[in-house]
Amino acid sequence: MSETEMTGEAIIEVTELTKKYGDLTAVDCVSFTVRRGEIFAFLGPNGAGKTTTIKMLTTLLAPTGGAIRLNGYDPVREQDAVRRSFGIVFQDPSLDNELTAYENMVFHAVLFRIPPQLRKERIKALLELVQLWERKDEQVKKFSGGMKRRLEIARGLLHLPQILFLDEPTLGLDPQTRHLLWEHIRELNKKEQITVFLTTHIMEEAERVAGTVAVIDHGKIIDQGSPGALAERTGTASLEEAFLALTGKAIREEEPESANIMLKRMFRGRW
Amino acid sequence: MSVIYILWLRQMKRYFRSRARIIGALGQPLLYLFALGFGFGAVFERAGEGNYLQFLVPGIIAMSILFTSMFNGLEIIWDRQFGFLKETLVAPVSRVQIMLGRTLGGATVAVFQGMIILAISFLIGFRLANPLAMPAALVFMFLIATLFTALGTAIASLLDDMQGFQLIMNFLVMPLFFLSGALFPLKDLPVAVSVIVRLNPLSYGVDGLRGALIGLFQLGIWANFAVLAASSLILVMIGAYLFSKIQV
Repeated sequence: MSETEMTGEAIIEVTELTKKYGDLTAVDCVSFTVRRGEIFAFLGPNGAGKTTTIKMLTTLLAPTGGAIRLNGYDPVREQDAVRRSFGIVFQDPSLDNELTAYENMVFHAVLFRIPPQLRKERIKALLELVQLWERKDEQVKKFSGGMKRRLEIARGLLHLPQILFLDEPTLGLDPQTRHLLWEHIRELNKKEQITVFLTTHIMEEAERVAGTVAVIDHGKIIDQGSPGALAERTGTASLEEAFLALTGKAIREEEPESANIMLKRMFRGRW
Repeated sequence: MSVIYILWLRQMKRYFRSRARIIGALGQPLLYLFALGFGFGAVFERAGEGNYLQFLVPGIIAMSILFTSMFNGLEIIWDRQFGFLKETLVAPVSRVQIMLGRTLGGATVAVFQGMIILAISFLIGFRLANPLAMPAALVFMFLIATLFTALGTAIASLLDDMQGFQLIMNFLVMPLFFLSGALFPLKDLPVAVSVIVRLNPLSYGVDGLRGALIGLFQLGIWANFAVLAASSLILVMIGAYLFSKIQV
């Protein structure tokens, strides 16, 4: 996709964003801009700071320093306005497995105060879009990984967000499902003009769908631009090679989530 | 439909859909009811205290409410580990509302569990002193449930693994239960035990429930109500505060 609208207005503006846990700097003075209507891929090895950045953009985590404007709002001071501006599909499923697909959608609609009549129409349209309408009354625990992911995307779109965050959306899915999912996402992006912010490990996917990519490592952005431009700058043939050239070939150990939480705890002085 | 209502409704649906959980949670209280109720019945009666089953049932109802309420905290940890908590935390609603909805839902589930114990007790010979006092019994059941659901929420907000929560259950819930007068009368206790029992808010729940169900108050109906209502309020506030500080 080379028809990137580099001229579009900024919908996410991040300036010198920093997150520290004690001595550990998870995100270090990161700046980037996402333009309205584009598909933006945020790439980086494990533990590079991708998820921490997404958490700060989506009001789940308060930054230590720097500024964020998302759809014109500040995630720290205007939480509710920011929350209405985006939909999110988390890295791990966040559905209630005991509830049906339809009930999961209703739950979300009520939290976002969508009026009942509108709620029914939109839920139907979205479940049809992700091809789950026939199975709407089944408990989610009976769904496959791909079905759950599709349901989460439908749910993330229910309150008509302008930005859709996808944190590793194709993790653990088979190639067929991955392909279908990207088709959906591209279509949404084209038809509804939704801005998509995604992270992925799979470089061909980013190369295929994203207009702009930013590569983050050790909490810092090391390069950004179109996939083609990155390959050109690094003198490589593909985004994957460019990525390896930028981040090196050493294997990263991801810090376990619980250790992360423990660190947070310690530095909040609770334990 | 309001936010608090949908959170409450979710708890109800989850509760009624997991029959295994309903039955599993009845096991321990029923064991106590049968083993102690029939085991100590004769001794209790010979000591001139009347029918032990009558005395014990309100205590066992309180026990099952206590256990079910505290286990709601486990659900928060569960939701946190399996991601659903995030779904509620990125919605444009206040954390306090989320906490209140969950607490109401959890408390309602706990009251249901208590009602099941009461129904089973009728089958083995338990009788109400005054059926008109049933609404008062419900009020006490609901207060016990709210108090300990909020406590479970507060504790769960500080922890992030199930093991930690298990530890708290063993070192907090069992002492709360055994030192509440659920199993024994309060008169002629050693001073230390007597003091501890009076510092335990569950004692006032057990006593209130016993008063409403069999007409025997040892601490006084208004003392029961005041202590329970005040401690529920305080714990809901602490629980809401800690819940609002959760980071995922």
